[in-house]
Amino acid sequence: MPLTARPQRPRVGLFVTCLVDLMRPSVGFAAVKLLEDAGCVVEVPRQTCCGQPAFNSGDRDTARALAEQAIAAFSSFDYVVAPSGSCAGQIKAHYPELFAGDPNIARKADALAAKTYELVSFLVDVMGVTEVEARFDGTVTYHDSCSGLRELNVKRQPRQLLATVKGLTLTEMKENEVCCGFGGTFAVKYGEISNSIVEKKTEAISASGAHTVLAGDLGCLMNMAGKLSREGKPIAVRHVAEVLAGMTDEPPIGAPDQRER
Amino acid sequence: MTLHVTSPQFKDNAHRALQDEQLQKAMGNVRQGFIDKRAVVAAKLPEFEALRDSARDIKNHALAHLDLYLEQYESKVTAAGGHVHWARTAEEARGAILDICRRVGARTVTKGKSMISEEIELNTALEAAGIRPVETDLGEYIIQLRGEIPSHIIAPAVHLNATQVESDFRRVHTHLDPARDLSQPVQLLTEARGVLRDRFLAADVGITGANFLIAETGTSVIVTNEGNGDLTQTMPKVHIVIASLEKIVPTLEDVSQILRVLARSATGQEMSVYTTFSTGPRRPQDVDGPEEYHVVILDNGRSSMLGTAFQDMLRCIRCGACMNHCPVYHAVGGHAYGWVYPGPMGAVLSPSLIGVDKAGHLPNASTFCGRCESVCPVRIPLPKLMRHWRDREFERHLQPATLRTGIGSWGFFARRPRLYRLATSVAMRGLALLGRNKGRFTSLPLAGGWTDYRDFPAPQGATFQDQWKSRKAEGRR
Repeated sequence: MPLTARPQRPRVGLFVTCLVDLMRPSVGFAAVKLLEDAGCVVEVPRQTCCGQPAFNSGDRDTARALAEQAIAAFSSFDYVVAPSGSCAGQIKAHYPELFAGDPNIARKADALAAKTYELVSFLVDVMGVTEVEARFDGTVTYHDSCSGLRELNVKRQPRQLLATVKGLTLTEMKENEVCCGFGGTFAVKYGEISNSIVEKKTEAISASGAHTVLAGDLGCLMNMAGKLSREGKPIAVRHVAEVLAGMTDEPPIGAPDQRER
Repeated sequence: MTLHVTSPQFKDNAHRALQDEQLQKAMGNVRQGFIDKRAVVAAKLPEFEALRDSARDIKNHALAHLDLYLEQYESKVTAAGGHVHWARTAEEARGAILDICRRVGARTVTKGKSMISEEIELNTALEAAGIRPVETDLGEYIIQLRGEIPSHIIAPAVHLNATQVESDFRRVHTHLDPARDLSQPVQLLTEARGVLRDRFLAADVGITGANFLIAETGTSVIVTNEGNGDLTQTMPKVHIVIASLEKIVPTLEDVSQILRVLARSATGQEMSVYTTFSTGPRRPQDVDGPEEYHVVILDNGRSSMLGTAFQDMLRCIRCGACMNHCPVYHAVGGHAYGWVYPGPMGAVLSPSLIGVDKAGHLPNASTFCGRCESVCPVRIPLPKLMRHWRDREFERHLQPATLRTGIGSWGFFARRPRLYRLATSVAMRGLALLGRNKGRFTSLPLAGGWTDYRDFPAPQGATFQDQWKSRKAEGRR
């Protein structure tokens, strides 16, 4: 949608994603801040999961049921935004496929797909955000998560905004477009292979010299954080939204909470 | 003769591959070699993406009219003095080839590189009939010496290093000076060439595969880099082409378009060194060429893919780009896949050809990273097709019970938002308390596949939806 065609203060339904909802709510609040700063009115309808694990496991009935649930919950918004390329990709690229044989729902699925975005690309491409008010001191490296990169063309947008974070230097790791080995249930079903893939990733991360690794998908981030901590590598792992929103008080992913309470 | 399929043991195969240091080193070369070369050569050609569309469309058109083009091809081959043999199964294909070899009294058969020959296990059949098959592609020659199958569809010996090849050559080439220097790759190449030269001269029949069969002209096309294919098909008195039916392309013009994406996608070359067109046997005015020209066209289950979602897979031009870019292939190598076709294309094709009950692991052993599809020169939606296999496995209850139970119980809650919120709210607070001090778990019940290799980050505590609701109630937002 061209910038001029969008509402002045669009109503955005935050699809928070089940991983952020359950594991790392701070990413959800960072997303809310970024969207509000960009001029959106953010609402959070009751939600569970986009259904991707079922879809990728061959369980089409469950995938359709969850998709219909999401379609019902989110249809009334101007936009639907998720802090994840994977979940946004499920809605944008795969909901239409799920209902291709069902004309009634297909129309709604297509409509939802058309207005669903991954968070950072939404900020840049739709809301026209060119900079953020944030500070993060140090050198970071950025992992391009697969679904965002290949299904939604998320590549330049996070780099464009990270470049405006004060104190932050971005240094690219080698093979930043190569999968981290997460792959949803793959990480558990084929743990040994997944491990071999993430080992190469953590090697690339350490070789970059960065003290923090960022990405736009919590699944990949938990995988990389889990491997880095198992390897005893003192590299912090965060969702890119936390840094862009300047909300980095919470300990990094997988790190102990050493704050007073 | 039964095919030794180890695809059902994929996990064990993968485990062994991951422990094999030499293999891991060799796979590192795949990661670095093919990918950069392809990227450079693709970037140099402004119309590369448009050519991929065009290649896809040409193959789709050919598949939509497969019967017509196959008949046209047959009539052109016949008109040129050649013979077409139709084979529904691997057994029929082997039978057709053995019949020809026996009729001409063949004792030695030279072979160009052919994956269809691997699929029908032709060498075993020839040997059983007392005929000596000699692979003449260097990589194929090496793995033939070792009694292995290819680990890659265009680089069959990519899993090996030069030291291993040297020791195989010393073991087999006992007529040569034991003190010779074989420390350089070029010395290995020269030695193989010398040995193969005699075989080319002795061969009674030459067998090649085909990258394309051209309906318009009755021509078979091979693309090679070593020149062995040309010697294989021109020197013996009989040339047999073995190809599967989806290799058909309507016209010469179509082939010239697809050739522009084939080598670029495969090896990162603009063109392969040799592109050889063969039409019928030697004509009276020709200076060389075979006296007989045969084409064995194999179905072996492919026609049953037509009209299904898997028809897209029949576009495949066997460039190998999908496996070159696959993180799972990089991790375990080609042999772990347990049958002829490895990597993403094998994960889709193998279940069609040998059954999803045997090859069921392959479409599951993918992270769906999508890099294969992003480089496929004929734009096969490989992840989508792997997912279709998962659908069928789910329908037939072929996946592990734990996965089914896991997805089932998670689905039960996810379909009931109120219950989901209640359950997750309690569970996350509990987990957060348990994991708070370390921020992570080093082991978790039922998640050994994860925690055997990496820690599991602890959740922060109250769920986002719980916190959002209380903030709303407090009027903070």
